[in-house]
Amino acid sequence: MTTQKTYRHEIYQRAVLESFAKLNPRWMVRNPVMFVVEAGSVLTTLLWIQALTGKGEAPTRFIGAIALWLWFTVLFANFSEAVAEGRGKAQAESLRKARQDTPAKKLRGVANDVQTALSKTEVVSSTALRKHDLYLVEAGDILPADGEIIAGIASVDESAVTGESAPVVREAGGDRSAVTGGTRLLSDWLIIRVSADPGEGFLDRMIGMVEGAKRQKTPNEIALNILLAGFTIIFLVVCVTLLPYSLYSVDAAGQGAPITITVLIALLVCLIPTTIGGLLSAIGIAGMDRMIQRNVIAMSGRAVEAAGDVDVLLLDKTGTITLGNRQAVEFIPVNGVNAHDLAEAAQLASLVDETPEGRSIVVLAKEKFGLRGRVIGSSDEAPEGMHFIPFTAQTRMSGVDFDGTSIRKGAPDTMMALVQSHGNHLPPDLKPAVDNIARMGGTPLVVARNNQALGVIHLKDIVKGGIKERFAQLRKMGIKTVMITGDNPLTATAIAAEAGVDDFLAQATPEAKLKLIREHQAGGKLVAMTGDGTNDAPALAQADVAVAMNTGTQPAREAANMIDLDSNPTKLIEIVEIGKQLLMTRGALTTFSLANDVSKYFAIIPAAFASTYPQLQALNFMRLATPESAILSAVIFNALIIIMLIPLALRGVPYRAVGAAQLLRDNLLIYGLGGLIAPFIGIKLIDMLLVALHFV
Amino acid sequence: MTLYSWLQLIIYLAVLILLAKPLGAYMARVYMGERISLDRALGPVERLVYRLSGIDPRAEMDWKVYAVAMLAFNALGLVVVYALQRLQGVLPLNPQGLGAISPDSSWNTAVSFTSNTNWQGYGGEATMSYLTQMLGMTVQNFVSAATGMAVLAAFIRGLARHTTKMLGNFWADLTRTTLYILLPLSVVLAIALVSQGVVQTFGEYRTVSLIQPSAASESQVIAVGPAASQIAIKQLGTNGGGFFNVNSSHPLENPTPFSNFLEMLSILLIPAALCYTFGKMVGDTRQGWALLAAMTLVFVTLLSAAVWSERSGNPAFTAMGIDQKQTDINPGGNMEGKEIRFGIANSALWATATTAASNGSVNSMHDSYMPLGGLIPMWMMQLGEIIYGGVGSGLYGMLAFVIIAVFVSGLMVGRTPEYLGKKIEAYEMKMASIMILVPVIVVLVGTAIALMSEAGRAAIYNPSAHGFSEVLYAFSSAGNNNGSAFAGLGANTPFYNTALGVAMLFARYWLAVPALAIAGSLVQKKKVPESAGTLPTHTPLFTAWLIGVIIIVGALSFLPALALGPIVEQLMIFG
Repeated sequence: MTTQKTYRHEIYQRAVLESFAKLNPRWMVRNPVMFVVEAGSVLTTLLWIQALTGKGEAPTRFIGAIALWLWFTVLFANFSEAVAEGRGKAQAESLRKARQDTPAKKLRGVANDVQTALSKTEVVSSTALRKHDLYLVEAGDILPADGEIIAGIASVDESAVTGESAPVVREAGGDRSAVTGGTRLLSDWLIIRVSADPGEGFLDRMIGMVEGAKRQKTPNEIALNILLAGFTIIFLVVCVTLLPYSLYSVDAAGQGAPITITVLIALLVCLIPTTIGGLLSAIGIAGMDRMIQRNVIAMSGRAVEAAGDVDVLLLDKTGTITLGNRQAVEFIPVNGVNAHDLAEAAQLASLVDETPEGRSIVVLAKEKFGLRGRVIGSSDEAPEGMHFIPFTAQTRMSGVDFDGTSIRKGAPDTMMALVQSHGNHLPPDLKPAVDNIARMGGTPLVVARNNQALGVIHLKDIVKGGIKERFAQLRKMGIKTVMITGDNPLTATAIAAEAGVDDFLAQATPEAKLKLIREHQAGGKLVAMTGDGTNDAPALAQADVAVAMNTGTQPAREAANMIDLDSNPTKLIEIVEIGKQLLMTRGALTTFSLANDVSKYFAIIPAAFASTYPQLQALNFMRLATPESAILSAVIFNALIIIMLIPLALRGVPYRAVGAAQLLRDNLLIYGLGGLIAPFIGIKLIDMLLVALHFV
Repeated sequence: MTLYSWLQLIIYLAVLILLAKPLGAYMARVYMGERISLDRALGPVERLVYRLSGIDPRAEMDWKVYAVAMLAFNALGLVVVYALQRLQGVLPLNPQGLGAISPDSSWNTAVSFTSNTNWQGYGGEATMSYLTQMLGMTVQNFVSAATGMAVLAAFIRGLARHTTKMLGNFWADLTRTTLYILLPLSVVLAIALVSQGVVQTFGEYRTVSLIQPSAASESQVIAVGPAASQIAIKQLGTNGGGFFNVNSSHPLENPTPFSNFLEMLSILLIPAALCYTFGKMVGDTRQGWALLAAMTLVFVTLLSAAVWSERSGNPAFTAMGIDQKQTDINPGGNMEGKEIRFGIANSALWATATTAASNGSVNSMHDSYMPLGGLIPMWMMQLGEIIYGGVGSGLYGMLAFVIIAVFVSGLMVGRTPEYLGKKIEAYEMKMASIMILVPVIVVLVGTAIALMSEAGRAAIYNPSAHGFSEVLYAFSSAGNNNGSAFAGLGANTPFYNTALGVAMLFARYWLAVPALAIAGSLVQKKKVPESAGTLPTHTPLFTAWLIGVIIIVGALSFLPALALGPIVEQLMIFG
């Protein structure tokens, strides 16, 4: 808690300093709205200096106060950006520590085992490693570069990247062959082919992203900037033309003084959308930051934005929709066999079956019939001891032999063949039982004792709790869910119905996935998917929002535009919400910013022309004390509102899974109507405070 | 407002909205190239036009070609109208032997008529030859209106079609609009107006004896001419350039309450019906109704304010002992500058309608309205001529606001904004911003230049807040292609002719070309299918939001200027 406080304290301290550093006009010009404010600040400051020499167009104190608050407006906007960046920077620094130069054992040729490799190593700096080089790492070494394992198996501490302290296993081949530079080998050895040149590795990209240093404006941000620039130009014209109008009016009315430059600049700054203009950058950075907080690294801001637009989610069944494993839910005896006997046989056959399915059979037998897994080995009951037959791809069954009894369990076709090959008849009710389970989306396992069929175990995919509600929410958001599974259509249909997905792709091949994505995209839809395997890479590259699991292969990670460090496939849903929040925050603050202007007119217009047309005081229904206090109150409100909205900009407007129409109505009420009313109250309060402090 | 005022407004709006659907559906068929009943009669004429001009009406154009064709055609029109005025002295059909018109006035009038503004800086009868009137003004009355509608048709196709570049053929749209929409409607309206006593003759001016002869004169010359035919297209095509100098307050241009009703109806008829055309062409008529509802709500609100303001009367008259109470023979309220046969309601209705649409014809003198009553027409124009607006131009101007409204509200529902399945991105925002920016800049900067220059100030007859309003009104009118005048400003001077001409040019083409650019960008995009996450744009909520955006942008852009003109004037009168 204390450390977090100091950590925050540091961010704020640094952000204050950076707010000043960012005053550099070359930096400010990237943001047209705030650039105009800075130019106004400079101008009013010059006017103030002029006033100090006794030739001021208005009271020195007034011009000075306006200039001061205009500078605050710029600084507050810079501060918001600096705070947003600061959070990323702190993270980047810890990542950078992991990326420091490390010695690398580079290989001068190909090697497939540690002995050969050792004879060929030369120690170089990690920066000397290039793509396609080979290197060796042994227990305790820091991996010098990203790569693909070509030989070996080892456990790796990836906490530097993922923050997860439990080590992970990495091995050649398969879906766990990618390693990241900066992580540490805990055991064994690996021979690795480098997949990225120095400075282009995964960590480098991550650091670049979280730092926001190379942050490109996203398409939507550019579009919004154009709109804001448009409004800025309109208000610039409004304020500039007000001077000749005022000169003419003074002339025509024969009284009063023309509007001062100070007031014009104050009016301009109040009118241009400074609230959204000042916070726009912070909103974007904070959006990326929210991804990072959920352990998702987005490769570009564009991807975060696109996430909000997703129409179709492709979700892998296993691990996302269902718990990773099937579980036994029922014993179905056949041929008049006692259910207790079947359960006992099934349990015996599964005693050493360490797969989740096997364990679930033992548990089910215990729960339903009170059977306890009996002692393994020689005992009174089993004098010869139990001899377990493990599952192999050739036999496609497993089981146990003891005491002259053999029990087997396995896939129905294999088991039926086994029964028949020993000249036994298949019980007539076996096949219907098997088919029935398949129809319900389950997996049947047939159990036989001494080559006589006893019955069937019903293994079932367990749909994750709460997932159906989650999909219902997504449907309300207008997002269609598609389940991807390797199962046959029959099983897929049953699970799809139970989980409440809108559609499914059964017996999915990489080609079928790619085709499905293309079909949706051709219909104008945006598709998001998760993947980890190399065979997912083409589909990931095709998808608009592609999230790769950090445990995935290098090709998958390269094809994706986001990487989930937790490797949690359900996270796609959160990613969509973050994307939506980002856009909503922009929209809400734009509305708020523009709605604010109405009240500022009522404060400034009567004040600005008080000397020429005192009748305009009728518009001053806030009853602001003096023209000066009115204008200053508007400027102060305009500056303070930026500070007050920084938390909202960083946190984001909360997203709720309701229809678009309801979202719009709620947000219009809060930010539109609220934006209309709030400044009337705020300006009045500031005015009262200024009077109380005897400033005016 | 009185019961009769209400009744007239309600009947007017009811007829307008009832006609929107059939006329809108008919126009949609015209633009979609479907069979229409007039094919048989006018088809041969259409084909003849194409054959004579060597045009293939089926050759589709992308937005750039379409824009170039539109600009080239309008440039040609501008040159012809200018040349006719400069050369009319040596050209035929000039019995009065009128000489060449000054370069600045010719320029102003040429721009004015090609840009569908029809601001008249000249006195028609005294300066223009018959040839100039016929080949210049009358032709442009048709084709400037048809140009606006053609651009709209292209814009709508940009939303309706997808993954192509083609927006239609400008020449075909221009021809079909004139032939199948503007001509038939004008014929019907002209005949109806003649039945009410609107003059239509090639005969000479009449000299009649005065009923109450005075010492000074016993007779009066009554100007006549082929008025009904020109008034019809002037009203229907949101042109507004009157046959007579006092426009539709003239008894021979607008003699009866019924002729007044017909003329007012035809101001908004096509712009309102185009909303339905839009819905029909994009395949969702609800979208068209939503826009029409937004326009009508703003219209009714501002109209009520105008009627109320004029009905309340003028305190200055009270001081002078003028009776402003409503009786059977006295319409009551501020009747200065209004015709007795129209009264308050029909004058205020016309003033609001003519400025809501970019028509600019008048049946009362806006300069004599109460400050608030005068503010309404002025602000209607400053909103960008999108409350119905000019034929075609009003709706594409409105759609620019829709794009802005969709963009901000789309963000608020957490998606990249899309309208009718088309994503609104940076390019569309750039062009839509230009469309909203340009009129505002033209009006404000134009007014500022006029007030800063000696020539500009010299033309102001009432140097006061009211004088400020007069200049602001002139530039609001030119800068939004309306064409109505507040009067009180001697605008037929080289300065105003030139400045207002430039304003009209900017207001027309700096909107039409970006509109086509948006269409050209949208037409290439895929159509995103609708889902529960899509922002619906046909709901009352969105309509309300759209109105909010229009009002906020209009108010924020012009409140300071209006404060120094009509607002302070109103406060001065009523304290």
